[in-house]
Amino acid sequence: MTAKIKEFPGTSLNEQDFSDGKILYNFDKLNGAFSWDTGIGIGAYLASLKNGVILGSHCKTCRKIVVPPRIFCEWCFRPMDEFIPLQDTGIVNTYSLCYVTWDVQRIKDPEIPAVINIDGASPLHGIMHMLGEIDPQEVKIGMRVQAVWKPAHERQGSITDILYFKPAKEN
Amino acid sequence: MHERVAIVGVGCTGFRSASPEQSYKEMVYEAAVRAYNDAGVDPRSDIESFVTVAEDFHEGTSIFDEYTPDQIGGALKPVHTITGDGIHGIATAYMLIRTGQFDIVAVEGHSKASNIKTLPSITAYAQDPVLNRPLSLNSHFIAGLEMNRFLHVSGTLHEHCAAVVTKNRFNALSNPLAPYGADLSIEDVLSGPIFSWPLGKREIADHSDGAIVMVLASQEIANSLTDKPIWILGVGWNNDSPSLENRDWSRAIYAEAAARMAYRQAGINNPLEAIDIAEVDDTYAYKELQALEALGFCREGEAGNLTIEGFTSPDSRLPVNVSGGSLGMGNLLEANGLARTYEIILQLRGEAGAQQVEDTNIGLAQSWRGVPTNSGAVLILAN
Amino acid sequence: MGMRKVAVVGAGMTKFVRRAQETPKELSWEAAHMALDSCEMTMDDIEAVCLGTAPDAFDGIHLNGEYLSDGAGAWRKPYMRSYVGGGTGVFVPIQGWYHIASGLFDVVMVVAEEKMSSFYPHAQAAFLTIFDHITERPLKPNLLWIFALEMNRYMTTYGISKADIAQVAVQHKRNAADHPCSLLGDADITVDDILNSEVLAWPVQRLDVSPVSDGAVAVILAAEHIAKRITDKPVWIEGVGWHLDTSYWTNRDLAYPRYVEYAARMAYDMAGIKEPRKEIHIAEPYDPFDYKALHHLEGLQLAERGKAPELYSDGTASRTGNMPICPSGGLLGVGNPIAAAGLMKIAELFWQLRGEAGLRQVPGQPRRGLAQAWGDLMQVGTVVIMGR
Repeated sequence: MTAKIKEFPGTSLNEQDFSDGKILYNFDKLNGAFSWDTGIGIGAYLASLKNGVILGSHCKTCRKIVVPPRIFCEWCFRPMDEFIPLQDTGIVNTYSLCYVTWDVQRIKDPEIPAVINIDGASPLHGIMHMLGEIDPQEVKIGMRVQAVWKPAHERQGSITDILYFKPAKEN
Repeated sequence: MHERVAIVGVGCTGFRSASPEQSYKEMVYEAAVRAYNDAGVDPRSDIESFVTVAEDFHEGTSIFDEYTPDQIGGALKPVHTITGDGIHGIATAYMLIRTGQFDIVAVEGHSKASNIKTLPSITAYAQDPVLNRPLSLNSHFIAGLEMNRFLHVSGTLHEHCAAVVTKNRFNALSNPLAPYGADLSIEDVLSGPIFSWPLGKREIADHSDGAIVMVLASQEIANSLTDKPIWILGVGWNNDSPSLENRDWSRAIYAEAAARMAYRQAGINNPLEAIDIAEVDDTYAYKELQALEALGFCREGEAGNLTIEGFTSPDSRLPVNVSGGSLGMGNLLEANGLARTYEIILQLRGEAGAQQVEDTNIGLAQSWRGVPTNSGAVLILAN
Repeated sequence: MGMRKVAVVGAGMTKFVRRAQETPKELSWEAAHMALDSCEMTMDDIEAVCLGTAPDAFDGIHLNGEYLSDGAGAWRKPYMRSYVGGGTGVFVPIQGWYHIASGLFDVVMVVAEEKMSSFYPHAQAAFLTIFDHITERPLKPNLLWIFALEMNRYMTTYGISKADIAQVAVQHKRNAADHPCSLLGDADITVDDILNSEVLAWPVQRLDVSPVSDGAVAVILAAEHIAKRITDKPVWIEGVGWHLDTSYWTNRDLAYPRYVEYAARMAYDMAGIKEPRKEIHIAEPYDPFDYKALHHLEGLQLAERGKAPELYSDGTASRTGNMPICPSGGLLGVGNPIAAAGLMKIAELFWQLRGEAGLRQVPGQPRRGLAQAWGDLMQVGTVVIMGR
């Protein structure tokens, strides 16, 4: 098939064609605003973050403690109604050093996103957040980190009430 | 191949204009728990595949499929999302079971319309980006154009459209799940503000929030799970041109074609004789009349008169939208078809309480994907 | 089992380019009409249409499936769009499969289309909205993060080096030099080129990634009795599988894609395959990033955990090896218009198993191939096994 076809369709344009005004286009911007109901599980999580606590929930059937908290266990498909305050320390499960922002701007000092397994939750249960106050080259999978919170009066009930996680002393 | 497939469990949350106490996951979980309890199944061990219907821009999330499995018991199971109406979801589950690979499949749809702060902008984003959107029109204009053409060609009167509103919203008063029940007069409907002439505000279904889950099973399993399986006799779906510049503005051809496909499977030649009860699209009141004609319940131009004469009221020859339809239950976005189907199932099971219509054996549910689409589906069920 | 047999009988595709002049509908049309021509059919023969396209956000069109329907040939036909993120390209033929295997239809058109370049200034920004709206988006996450986090976890867990992984990019991009539609084929690229490329989100570097592209692919599926009339070389769909893991991706170990394993087992079961490493002759795992091909090969049970790089270093994966991997050149070489890229792998297997893959042809008359795609938040595996 492909040996027989000589010409495949598809016309390639380049960026220069656009800035030279050779390509007609129209431009539109979406006005999309959403106000999502947080519900019971995430509502409790956010309220708890405002109080400087990371909240998890416990499933009586499979005994997992998960974070963020939810009102049902997706594995057992049973209600989960015990909310458990967890510690605000954890272990770095994985991380990256990112030199590009979400909207493709280059930055000199990398952002350090990570998955942090939270102390008090079941193994391999964690949250995504950022690392800070650390030399990017020093970050290691398995290192212990500690949340750095916004001052209480600045917290809003958001994941950003935690500014980032910084290296903590090992136990 | 499993030829016969039945719906063996249904569950829903109530429908209301806002649902702040539940996140969408929690709302869907509630509907799922009810459906699985109704079917007597444990999704973790019994349900083999899950189909959800959703649209990214209604959720405010890209690749919404990511967030579908947990609340329906589908974590680490064969789950997929169809960007369609709930009846497309049912058709998909029906096909999956018929392949012989799956015996029990669940379908889920929901609406959190209350969370979309700029819904008219979002809806307008479905218009053609080059040819239509630059006109900056609220998408109701498309319904206004279609309604005007429909009235003109079919001879239907505006009063006939208003009669759909008074019937459906009055029906909704008896439906404990419906939030928009009201006892209105034709004059009440026609005296409301005009949105896109001739379309008035009171002929447009308000949105509501809610979730619906259903469980389908192959014949053998269905018979072991329930003594009231509701059999799928036929299902059809069709897309006419999405382009506004290229469509017939008076007829719902997608509905005619979807109905033909479903009737052929069901072996139905005379819909009016065969169908005992119907739930059809009424997200705009005139659509119900257009649907009645497209589904072959009457000839072109007759639906209006039949409605105003009471032919489609609960105690007559062909009860239509006894649930209240979307006008009464609310426009549930992708879940509309599931809401229509839900009522038919309750009716065929004899579980419709105060709204129960006697002697119903075959029911029809029909849905449309809303402006600016030309896409819809039809489902025919029997007890 | 009494299940209806379904075959792929025709295929077509556009070039994969960074920015296409063609509109999304035109891209769909080009691929669909080439697929029809390839088996001398017309739209009158097509009874239903299945379409796959990934985030509506790229095109900036809500209800994008409806908008694209006429370009895909769905005028006045039964039409549905399935959408499982990046897994869509290999899911949409599964959708076509169940349309026919159900007995409802005999001939189905399957189209996958992507025009990511519409999003301004760069499609990557649209990916912000795939993250959890409440617990993740406020952190302004970047698509690169999840790949980098997963790549790092995979490398660290098994002690795999960047050089081990770069082999994949090298081989795929070299293979792609022989694909007439490829965007990034390069016959001379080396491991050093990969390792010297700009660091985007360590450990991810520029040449580890397949870029944003536009393109479309279409295949025609037919039930057995029709397939045999259309072509003397139908390629059968012998097995399909798909699995979706929990949305809570930070509650899972990213080192191993168990959802790919489950999808693969479902497909192997259906195809009656007991020893995949012996019975699969060509593998087209999903490779949007080079490490992903390795990650997926392990999930597909085609390599032991942590050992997939050996398939490349010992020559198994080359076109003349025991199990050629991505002879098409994959996403790394041909390009990554999200949904179309997966279906490109299906088209590749179609051509390979019929001996029609030209310069990319795997020798020895391969009889069985596997295509796999992946998507959502490190979450969905979709697998199709094709055979002659």
